[in-house]
Amino acid sequence: MSTPSAAGCASCQISPIYHSKKLKNGNEKWDYTISLAGNPNTGKSSVFNRLTGLKQHTGNWSGKTVAKNEGGFSFANKKFKLVDLPGTYSLLSTSHDEEIARDFLLFGQPDVTVVVVDATRLERNLNLVLQVMEVTSKVVVCVNLIDEAVKKGIHIDTHKLSSILNVPVVKTAARSGRGMYELMEAIASMAESPERPINPLIDYGLDKMVVSFIEKVKKSLLKQHNPGWLALRIIEGDLTTINYLKNLTNNGTLEELLRDGEKIKNILGDAHHDKIAESLFTRAGDIAGKVVSKKNSVRLKNMDHMLDSLFLHKFWAFPIMLLLFAIMFWITVSGANAPSTWLYNLLIESFHPTLKAAAITIMPVWLAGLLIDGMYLTTAWVVSVMLPPMAIFFPMFTVLEDLGYLPRVAFNLDHIFKKAGAHGKQAMTMMMGFGCNAAGITATRIIDSPREKLIAIITNNFSLCNGRWPTQILIASLFIGGLVGAYWSGIISAIAVVGVAVLGIILTFIISGALSKTVLKGKPSTFNLELPSYRPPNFLQILYTSFIDRTLFVLWRALVFALPAGAAIWIISNINVDGLSIAAYMHNFFNPFGMLLGLNGIIIIAYIVAIPANEIVIPTILMLTVLLHGMPEAGQGAGVLFEMESTEDLMKIFSAGGWTLLTAVNLMLFSLIHNPCSTTIYTIYKETGSVKWTIFSALMPLVLGILVTFTVAQVWRMF
Amino acid sequence: MNYEETFPLTTLKSGQRAVIRSISSECKGLERRRLLDLGFVPGSEIELAITGPFSDPKAYKVKGTVIALRKEQSDFILLAS
Repeated sequence: MSTPSAAGCASCQISPIYHSKKLKNGNEKWDYTISLAGNPNTGKSSVFNRLTGLKQHTGNWSGKTVAKNEGGFSFANKKFKLVDLPGTYSLLSTSHDEEIARDFLLFGQPDVTVVVVDATRLERNLNLVLQVMEVTSKVVVCVNLIDEAVKKGIHIDTHKLSSILNVPVVKTAARSGRGMYELMEAIASMAESPERPINPLIDYGLDKMVVSFIEKVKKSLLKQHNPGWLALRIIEGDLTTINYLKNLTNNGTLEELLRDGEKIKNILGDAHHDKIAESLFTRAGDIAGKVVSKKNSVRLKNMDHMLDSLFLHKFWAFPIMLLLFAIMFWITVSGANAPSTWLYNLLIESFHPTLKAAAITIMPVWLAGLLIDGMYLTTAWVVSVMLPPMAIFFPMFTVLEDLGYLPRVAFNLDHIFKKAGAHGKQAMTMMMGFGCNAAGITATRIIDSPREKLIAIITNNFSLCNGRWPTQILIASLFIGGLVGAYWSGIISAIAVVGVAVLGIILTFIISGALSKTVLKGKPSTFNLELPSYRPPNFLQILYTSFIDRTLFVLWRALVFALPAGAAIWIISNINVDGLSIAAYMHNFFNPFGMLLGLNGIIIIAYIVAIPANEIVIPTILMLTVLLHGMPEAGQGAGVLFEMESTEDLMKIFSAGGWTLLTAVNLMLFSLIHNPCSTTIYTIYKETGSVKWTIFSALMPLVLGILVTFTVAQVWRMF
Repeated sequence: MNYEETFPLTTLKSGQRAVIRSISSECKGLERRRLLDLGFVPGSEIELAITGPFSDPKAYKVKGTVIALRKEQSDFILLAS
């Protein structure tokens, strides 16, 4: 789940590519534009990263790149701009991502198009090569994952392939950097070579009527496009192509062609188009038969199958899934203990008083309060409470992602999504939501049906995101883990956090089902999902991406919002009107409502302050509680955040605020079920283009959260 | 093509192999092309790889790739017996 704004952050210093320089995507003038096309799961993102040096996250599942990414490199004194197109199986199906890819090939007029194919699945990948070669002639074929093919006993005769296709074919293993220099060479020489005619490779066995129509198109339309391809699109009535032609050509001729095309379409019907598609696949199979040879090796095939028999098992699939996530949280909760204590001792126990003392000597007391007690303390809390769990949790999550486990989760859950009238790929966007809801919502573009896309968008907020994990982990460790002895507390807290996450998944199903039975009625559409081969995770890459893309990104966002929030909290707590601070007035105003929900006034204020970012809920609660109820005396050796015998400091703050187990449980529930953060709301608006659905997506979970916490509080108080 | 001799992919048993004969003519347009894109092309060898926790969707191995399909789609894919 590479967060959209975090992609493209750094350029890599260590790279095996010699004689070439990576260029940051800035205002440089480019000599050539290169587009990168390919099926999902072919390692296309790795090729892109190797060429540009961008450390974009490459997850092992399809639909990961949903929009175009751009980067650049220079080679032989020329500057190349590289555009990474969404991974697509074809250019014929006109789903959203295929449209982006096709439109760029047509209208972007790249100088060279590199088609990345998976050496272990050449036949299926050749479909796309053939389709791309119908649109543009300057193509370089990159046969990637050649190392995996060798392991599987697959041999590809690239010379033969190159002579059949009449374009350069380069073998690469982008993960290790093999063949990248040769790829750059091929790209550069193709870019500098003169225009070449499009060489149709497919015999469609076309009707006479169509053949003469193609001749007509050939005479009257632009020379740089393949007339056969254009003619077939006109017959299909393809609107993008027709609009493109309308902008370019004399209207009289074009109108005549369009009329002819429509006539032919009516005569031939749907079967014609399907026949064209099938001849394409036949041709791909034919070429693959000539260039691929295979020695039978069963060992590796069985490895994938063995893992799948376990992860997708009839009885064990779900227990294993829960166990994996529980183990992840348990490691997070218990591993974050020591570093959090250390950071807390350093930043809050030692630095804070020292800084305060120093500040008072050089500035007015109020300013020292604002800067040190407000801004610094909030920020210090964010760092010590959030950084360690994130730095442990995200790498583990990334390992599962890179291994290829996420599509398996989607596979296991699909049946329930189908029952809920939703799309199976919603499971993938839901998983992404566990990282960042805004990223999850952007990823719903992989769902073709607008109805199901909307359901996925509205319910994505029930995936517990990065910003909310730390709240859950902290509150669970303190209050739920605290119910049992120190020995069990880690496991019990992990189970509690998993419980909340699972509740979020259950809510996703319930709300999706409710929506598809009421306001978003409709039949579930189709579902197809590739289960890619398991790939051994690349640990260095994981450490890098999970740290830069996720941990630092989330931390940075938290800090950006924590600084002004810290200042605001300090101001409202220190400006007095009639002997009471503004915060106290607000607290008095919200407290009855908060108590009704089993929460309190401070939590309600914190959730209002935290609309820009969920990350600052806990720091805001701590700050406000300290400022309104006073800082309790710190105990001996205090400051341990996650272990029961020594959580005195935080627990003292919470008990000063009058917290009970009910407050903790309801905070965990409300953290799961409330309005999305402002970034997510904005993303919902961008994706739906509808004010109505944006408001609905924002308010529905808030109302639901209020109802749930209210009910829990009333029932709790009965006993 | 003799349609009486075909049976739908949905009925394929675990570990059993077959050859795709055709895609039902009821499956049209985008949905049909998507199946072809994924490698469910007449003449391809196919086997049931994984049944999954609910028996729907099931994952099939075709053209070197494992692809999961819901029952509605696997009904459209007709195999030669």
